[in-house]
Amino acid sequence: MDELVLGNKKLSSRLFTGSGKYGDDALIPEIVKAAECDVVTVALRRVDLDKPSGSVLKYFPRDKILLPNTSGARTADEAVRIALLARAVGCGDWIKIEVINDQKYLLPDSVETLRATEILVKEGFTVLPYVTPDLSVARRLAEAGAAAVMPLGSPIGTGKGLSTLELLKILVSEIKLPIIVDAGLGAPSHAAAAMEIGCAGVLLNTAIALSRDPVAMAEAFKWAVRAGRQAYLAGLCPVSDQASATSPLTGFLR
Amino acid sequence: MDIFLNGKARPCASGDTPLSVIHEHHLKPEEVVVEINGKIISRGQFGQTAFKPGDRVEILHFVGGG
Repeated sequence: MDELVLGNKKLSSRLFTGSGKYGDDALIPEIVKAAECDVVTVALRRVDLDKPSGSVLKYFPRDKILLPNTSGARTADEAVRIALLARAVGCGDWIKIEVINDQKYLLPDSVETLRATEILVKEGFTVLPYVTPDLSVARRLAEAGAAAVMPLGSPIGTGKGLSTLELLKILVSEIKLPIIVDAGLGAPSHAAAAMEIGCAGVLLNTAIALSRDPVAMAEAFKWAVRAGRQAYLAGLCPVSDQASATSPLTGFLR
Repeated sequence: MDIFLNGKARPCASGDTPLSVIHEHHLKPEEVVVEINGKIISRGQFGQTAFKPGDRVEILHFVGGG
């Protein structure tokens, strides 16, 4: 069985889905079912006391692993605070560290992310940091005890795919931890491509949520991730600049 | 007395607790987390922790996110 081990859990699905940007949260159970994912991300926010709506928790099947993010954090200390609050809700100790200071491209702050990782690993969290695909940072995250490294394919929500492809390949080659591409994917082919180069998984939100039919798109990504993973395990054929005939070059009818 | 609840000044009565705010807004205690002046309040203490004037109270929950 080709399982992905993260923290102390064995995952049968390599597709992680986000729960944001759905006009109606009631769609979430259908997305989760269609994607057949094990892990779903959530964010922690103030309850709007002027217009209280229930927690999004009610839409999650109990067997799913909840992966709260630290979105909104601009420093390691803020990320740590959010992580501790998220754990206090009582849905586990997984945390996606997201520390962002750049509001135009939403690129993560690697220095603060590393600091937060060091602190939260010591606090007993299963830490999944969202970073740019930087080899030195990834090595430091591994040393700090991160459960995986989650580099971006492209800036969040852009749907541009694997614009960081060459850097992702380097991480896959050099880092022993699972590499999970988080952010920027737009099409199932992007997810398949990430899996084909040996990434351990992909995390998606916008690509599903903003499609015309999110449930159907969740299923499309499920197949893409499986196809890409199987292709990686099967081993892609060599790439060549010169053609190589597939039919015999003898016995022509002339 | 006033407290600051989720960033807004708000009057509250003596003896009010996180649990009274949670009930007032029809929230489920098991779905929220409460922080007072930067300290996380355990769920068992929601009804035991009376607000003091000027307390900075945060009541948070999970929403959709990526």
